[in-house]
This record gives sequence, C-alpha cells and structure tokens, in this order.
Amino acid sequence: MSSQIIAPIPGIFYRRPAPDKDPFVEVGDTVEAGQTIGVIEIMKQFTEVRSEAAGVVASFDVEDLGMVGPGDVIATID
Amino acid sequence: MKKLLIANRGEIAVRIIRAAKEMGIATVAVTSEADRDSNAARYADEAVVIGPAPAGLSYLNHDAVLAAAAQTDADAVHPGYGFLSENAAFARKVQEAGLIWVGPNPDSIDLMGDKARARRAAIEAGVPVLAGTDGVLDVSGDIEALADEIGYPLVVKASAGGGGRGIRRINSREEVRGTVEVAQAEALAAFNSSDVYFERFVTHARHVEVQVFGDGESWVHLGDRDCSMQRRQQKVIEEAPAPGLPDDLREQMRQTSVELARQTAYTGAGTVEFLYDPARQEIAFIEMNTRLQVEHPISEAITGIDLVREQLRIAAGERLGYTQEDIRLDGHAFEFRINAEDPDNNFMPSPGLIETLDLSGGPGVRADFGFSAGQTVVPFYDSLLGKLVVWDTDRERALARAARALDETLIEGIKSTVPLMRRLIALEEFRSASHHTTTIESASGL
Repeated sequence: MSSQIIAPIPGIFYRRPAPDKDPFVEVGDTVEAGQTIGVIEIMKQFTEVRSEAAGVVASFDVEDLGMVGPGDVIATID
Repeated sequence: MKKLLIANRGEIAVRIIRAAKEMGIATVAVTSEADRDSNAARYADEAVVIGPAPAGLSYLNHDAVLAAAAQTDADAVHPGYGFLSENAAFARKVQEAGLIWVGPNPDSIDLMGDKARARRAAIEAGVPVLAGTDGVLDVSGDIEALADEIGYPLVVKASAGGGGRGIRRINSREEVRGTVEVAQAEALAAFNSSDVYFERFVTHARHVEVQVFGDGESWVHLGDRDCSMQRRQQKVIEEAPAPGLPDDLREQMRQTSVELARQTAYTGAGTVEFLYDPARQEIAFIEMNTRLQVEHPISEAITGIDLVREQLRIAAGERLGYTQEDIRLDGHAFEFRINAEDPDNNFMPSPGLIETLDLSGGPGVRADFGFSAGQTVVPFYDSLLGKLVVWDTDRERALARAARALDETLIEGIKSTVPLMRRLIALEEFRSASHHTTTIESASGL
C-alpha cells in the first residue's frame, strides 16, 4: 500500500539540507516513519517534511526548489 | 555621487531611494523577478531585474549586482541591511570596480564580524564586556577551570556567529567539554571556523544599543535605543531613548561606543550593542553592527538627523560638519515591526495578496512600508512588511500615540502582527519598562 507525503504549508521545497549537501533521500531509498525527506522554506522559516509511513521512496512529485501549496503531494512511499 | 544603486528590496530600498531623491541623486533599484512590480522599482529612476526569486540567485549575487551597476552607469552602491550589507568581500568588489561603497571600510566589517576580535577591540576602547575569554578559546587548555572562574550558567559562542546562531548554554562543569565540542562542530559547519569563546550568561537582560556615526576623523553618538521586546531573538518593538537606564551607565555606554568607533577609525553608521543586567546594574558589550539598522528611524525621530542622508554625504567624501554638542536628543520614539505573520497561529508566515493597506498618519507618525494595497507578498524573503514609527515629547505620550496609530492601521488579505502590537503595548511590563528579552515568550494570553 502506498502513502503520500503532503505539504503542510506553502513555500519552497528543498530536497537537500544545504546547496552543497546530498539530498535527504533518493528515489528507491528506504525511509523510516518520521524520517525527514525535505524542508519547506517560507519567509526564511524552515519546516521539516517527514514521512508518516515506513517504506521505499517511489517518486517525488515536486522538483527540488519547486513551489508547493498546502495539501500538495510531495512524494509517494510504497 | 550622481547615481546610486540600491542593492536591497522592501521598505529599506524605498527608504534609501527617498533620501537619495531628496538629495538630487539618481537611483537604480535592482530587483528579483518576483519584485519587478515593487514600490522600490516604481519609485527609483531605473529598475533592473537581476535574477530569479531566490535571494541567492538575485539579491545575494555579487556579479549580477555589479553588472547592473555597470549597465546603468551607477557610481555608488547602498546595501541597506541584511543581504550584502556586512559582506566585506562584496564591499571590496564594489570599491575595486571604482564605485563608492555606502558603508564602513571593509576592514571594519571584517573586524566586527569576528566576534572574538571585536570583543578585544571593545576591551581596548574601554567598553565594558561580560566576564569571559579574552579572544578565542584555547581548547587545549584547562577550559573547565576557565568556566569555573566565569561562573555558571555561561554561554559558548561561535566567533564568526551572528543573528542568534552559534550560541550554546553551559549550566555546569560537567557540560563544559562536551558543549564546547558540539559548539565547535556547529561553528565549523555554519561559519567555516571552529573558533569559539566563553561569556557569562545573563538571565533577564535588556538589549540596549548606541547609534554611532563617523566620517573617519570625528565621531558622534545619536543616543541609545532599547530593543528588548524580542521574539526568538528577533526584534519586535524598539524605542529611543532606552527607558529606565541609570544615568551613569547610559553615559558610559554612549562615550565608550564613540571611543570604539574612534579607535577603529570607523566611517558611516554603526551600532554598538549591549546587554543591560538590571539585577546587577551592569552593561556589557555584545557586538557592533557595521550597517544601517532596521530601527534607525527612532534615532532619527529623537535627533532630527536623516541617517541615510548622512551615510550618503559621508560616502561621497563630505565631513560630518557638527560635533556632539550640536546634537540635541528630544522626546521619545517607538518603532513597531509589522510582519506578514499570524500571531494567533504560532506566527505562521502569511504571504499573499494585500487587499487593504490603510496606514496611519497624523502628528508624530511615520510609516515606512515597502508595499501598497493590491500587491502580493511573495514567500521568498523575510516577512517584514514595514515599520510604524511614532514620536512624542515623552514616553507616556508616545505610547498613547502608538495606541492611536495602531488602532488606525488596517491590513486585510494577509495576516499581520498589528493585532499583536496592540496587545504588547498594553502589557504592564512594557508600560512600566520592566520588560526584558524573553518577556514576549513568557507572557501568557498574547
């Protein structure tokens, strides 16, 4: 059963903790429940985006540095 | 100085354009793609889009800013606050391009950006400092003994830190070594330098500061300010002069701040920041900011001196033309920072379309805003919409005027911190000036 990771707030989605760092996770990686898969920045405030379910990252539905709105699907976990 | 490029956005870009315009200096606004229809772009004589919305690709891009200056034949650059304002490398590039840098000498920026060196400079100028290490902490030495001597709690701070980052508290001898190691690792990751130092921790401190100004040959202060109303180390309300400060400490703070500026041959506007410990009746140096600050209008209100005009004059090579005795401090001023945030929902940022922006006016009221109704607040930058500044002959009257001005202020379409400001000025601790830097976080029902 797959589950979706939903954006809790609007902003800019980052897949990396810093521009010169590796992404938090890649497609195909296994994640634990509660693991951070990205951050959303809005007006210089940062909110971590976590996976509620454990599983394998099937896809990212938002690009790195892409804009998200509340409720947008960020990634899918199988 | 014939044409000034403003390397910033929002209210401070508007503020600088206004000063330049009144002096007959042409202006160039640089904007990101997200700000192409901003008030700064509209008020400036020329506007150049220098990159996409993220600040790293536009406002912080040295080459893009310098290219815009070359393209428009600007001969001076004002960085405002934030962004490139305390970036010595950028300041040097501006000067190497043959342009006037509206700010202090890049060496002053470097000196004050290194907190351990700044602390040493302050000690040499006779500025009181908190008990702590003289310079960078030598971690190969007996740091536990040093910590014992300062007393607990104390803080370990990154020498290259700033804006509340790179600071950790140490409560006991057992925590010393481990916390220092963590702080060093954090400092290295965040600031590319593992240098740290110790300072005594002050529990209920007030944040006070002195506005200084110099032309490289003579120096003055423009009084002091209190910035203790903070939330998460971000200033919310500022006032000038600082209320309830003992006269001898106020005088010592002002005189030693001018002395620090003199000893470092400082040029332009600078701010020397202090902690005031009401329990011990002590003041102590924290750091010096080498830029124009957000809260500069309250110093303008009590001195009648236009600080941006002064910056432009001095950068153009003019002399101060007045001495300390010529400066009169008069009345009391407050500044309220109006942010696009929802104070009733954990300060959630609130970008979006501004449907109504009805700002107050009348005697003693000044509104410095970067936005107008019908514009959209984009999510890419900090949440400051603008500042409401009020002045009157004494603190009590200024508070009454503040209440009137905040009541008149109407912002619709997005959430703002105006309702919070109305509640804050009613706080007994604030009215009696017994507030401190954690009053907002500890007050209930705000």
